[in-house]
Amino acid sequence: MRINVISGLFLIIFSQTAFTAVNIDYWKTRQGTRVYYVHTTSLPMVDVQISFDAGSARDGYQFGLASMTSSMFDAGAGEWNADQIAERFASIGAQFGKGVSKDMAWLSVRTLTEPALFDKAMETLHVILSSPSFSEADFERKKRRVLAALKQREESPGALASIAFNKALYKEHPYAHPGAGVIETVAGFGPQHLREFYNQYYVAANAMVVIVGDVDKAKAQQMAEQLMAGLAVSTKPEPLPEVPPLEKGYDQHIDFPSTQTHVLSGLLGKSRLDKDYVTLYVGNHILGGSGLVSKMFKEVREKRGLAYSAYSYFAPQLRTGSFTMGLQTRNDQTAQAVAVMKQTLSDFVEQGPSEKDLIAAKKNITGGFALRIDTNRKLINYVNMIGFYQLPLDYLDSFPARVNAVTAEQIKETFQRRVKPELLQTITAGGQ
Amino acid sequence: MKFVLLFIALLCSSFTAISSPSQVAEKTLENGLKILVKPDRRSPVVVSQIWYKVGSSYEPGGITGISHMLEHMMFKGTQKYPAGEFSRIIAENGGRENAFTGRDYTAYFQTLEKSRLEISLKLEADRMRNIHLIADELKKELEVVTEERRMRTDDKPRSKTQEHFLAMAFSNSPYKNPVIGWPADIAAYKVADLQAWYERWYAPNNATLVVVGDIDPDNVFALAEKYFAPIKPSTIDPVKPQNEIEQFGARKMTVKLPAKLPYLIMGYKVPVLNTVKEEWEAYALEVLAGILDGGNSARLASRLVRGKQVAISAGAGYYMTSRLPDLFMLDATPVKGQTVYDMEYALKNEIIDLQTHLVDDAELQRIKAQVLANAVYEKDSNFYQAMQLGMLETVGIGWEKADDYVENINQVTAEHIRQVARKYLVEDKLNVAYLDPQPITTQPKAARHSGGRHAH
Repeated sequence: MRINVISGLFLIIFSQTAFTAVNIDYWKTRQGTRVYYVHTTSLPMVDVQISFDAGSARDGYQFGLASMTSSMFDAGAGEWNADQIAERFASIGAQFGKGVSKDMAWLSVRTLTEPALFDKAMETLHVILSSPSFSEADFERKKRRVLAALKQREESPGALASIAFNKALYKEHPYAHPGAGVIETVAGFGPQHLREFYNQYYVAANAMVVIVGDVDKAKAQQMAEQLMAGLAVSTKPEPLPEVPPLEKGYDQHIDFPSTQTHVLSGLLGKSRLDKDYVTLYVGNHILGGSGLVSKMFKEVREKRGLAYSAYSYFAPQLRTGSFTMGLQTRNDQTAQAVAVMKQTLSDFVEQGPSEKDLIAAKKNITGGFALRIDTNRKLINYVNMIGFYQLPLDYLDSFPARVNAVTAEQIKETFQRRVKPELLQTITAGGQ
Repeated sequence: MKFVLLFIALLCSSFTAISSPSQVAEKTLENGLKILVKPDRRSPVVVSQIWYKVGSSYEPGGITGISHMLEHMMFKGTQKYPAGEFSRIIAENGGRENAFTGRDYTAYFQTLEKSRLEISLKLEADRMRNIHLIADELKKELEVVTEERRMRTDDKPRSKTQEHFLAMAFSNSPYKNPVIGWPADIAAYKVADLQAWYERWYAPNNATLVVVGDIDPDNVFALAEKYFAPIKPSTIDPVKPQNEIEQFGARKMTVKLPAKLPYLIMGYKVPVLNTVKEEWEAYALEVLAGILDGGNSARLASRLVRGKQVAISAGAGYYMTSRLPDLFMLDATPVKGQTVYDMEYALKNEIIDLQTHLVDDAELQRIKAQVLANAVYEKDSNFYQAMQLGMLETVGIGWEKADDYVENINQVTAEHIRQVARKYLVEDKLNVAYLDPQPITTQPKAARHSGGRHAH
């Protein structure tokens, strides 16, 4: 009976949030590039993002190549050098962005929609995308910066732990290495490597476009065609290999003269298209994903004061992503903190969530759903994710209902099947 | 140049289209609580922030960081809502919440679906006066804050250098102390210290409630009246001025820490909007910071990182909304083969250039173009808009200044920039810190491998 009352409450929430439904328009350009478009009207601005299956998983053995290629786009393109590109964007108040993750590489522009400003922003983006220079001089400068950043990374026990953690999880898989690369590989790059990478992956067949803002559909269509016009059509790259399962648990300590030890512990998690996606999401929300009220936070910080931050999360990827638990603690209490973290996980896996915990989690996720898409910035990130991983277009709208359908028994069963504490890969980096 | 001016005109019209200055509704309750409401109907959400006029710059020696510590303790429960209840209730209502402490403010916020605002006000009103400070909870939370300090500062050579730099640059201004507090002070907090601090500063007449989102101001005022009006005001003794003494001559220091790269920080003593005699000077310093570091087309990126290629990175920053006189900051990391002294020389050359030559008009217009566009982009985020209002009000500038910002920036001329560069960016007011990297003695070494699971 109590459950019935609760589901009635959720219906009210649905009707309240119904008008926030996100209408994603989808089509393909003449060259076959997927385009996702959401019309928002209240501000005279637009965000555009072009994404490619060209993340660090495409580095091959040249770790850091995807990242370095991406970093060079605004260093020179067409007739312009870096100063001219920067001045073109700045003079109209447009913001240019670029980046890579394991799966993805992207370029983005935020601009006002006033035609003269908008046109200049789009023209600049088009040239950057279709005619990057990768000149020798720009390349050498960039390479020095990257090498310095990689050196500086060695100042950070957290960064060292993260590199070791990914290696432990993924071994020889393309997800294993750090996206920024390592000094040994980056030192060997030349501009021709970047050009080759660009020619292979920055092609229309491997691209998608997301447009969110105050432009009408005809304009969005025209914009997508023009932006992609300079790219070769070519073909999609071969699918990434599946991630081999973990066979046994693993512990590694990295000595570092810091006052705190950084702890990362986890195992292989889920893919974006995983059938258990929502069940694992809701379960982890209770375990370590809900900030100040999660079990991990309560056990490690609230009850024992062992760390400032303590969390767990699934990082879903195109292939199997990671499940990670993390904290940082004073060196001499590392063993205790790790024990609490692992105990919290194994208790959760053994017992599953209580009905009360589950109801609270559902209320938090569904009741706060509007907060996830209340800015153009957040919206474009979601739409880009939906497009890149080819999730259903009603993914956002149907998400609350899928969350509400999860049961405590399902979470328990799914965690027991997917999250095996005996396979944990645990990295500690810090002093003795 | 013609085109740049055209762009500015277009940017102005885009900006004007979305801004009407009277969007903020203001009310002050009889007990002194100031309420600012800015309706924004773009999404069915609301952000609620309560700002207290207290932060690390209010703290006397011996209890530095106590404002931040108190912020942590504010989540430890009241008579009515025991430890954890506040967060549980907000979470159950789909909300996000947290808090932050700065030099000049302590603020608590919740973001909620719009119909849930009442919950947030009810809970914040309760913890304005009723928190339970318990020795056992404090003991645990002291450990948490100490871990936070290790994570943010102690294990980060650059953060630690910045901390030491500020301690040198300011002689008697409380800006010499880190927001999180000195380790010895953190370790020695007593419940009585926190209780006194709480009673001294947490009062309706020392707070501003800011609400931005899909809601009517009258609705917010009524709810605020209901929950906050019963709270009695306190007598707030104003914080002592602690005006920084005048600096006579440059100060320099070396910080030797395990690190991989050298690093330079420079800071010139400058006035801020709150303290400056001629307001235009603060806006001119703001634009000057933009000329140096306003995006990838600005001088430090185009001249030092790209042109001369002496720096891996270089930055400049000016915080015009500080409560007390502050520093105009510069920092840089040299490329291999260059030193921190070369960086200092290169940065000073840029300052000399600004003191000698007028900034090119196209360059100036680019900064203004970015300011205009940003004023539109900022409207994408309720949270940011609330931050802006809360901060201006809390440091004593007044939220109304937010409306004039773009116009005041537009008034800045090349001559203004040269004048403030000559007046304030002078050697005798300069402070410099060099991070001298020492070997990281425990080298990362091969893993201690082990198969299987360790028992726990």
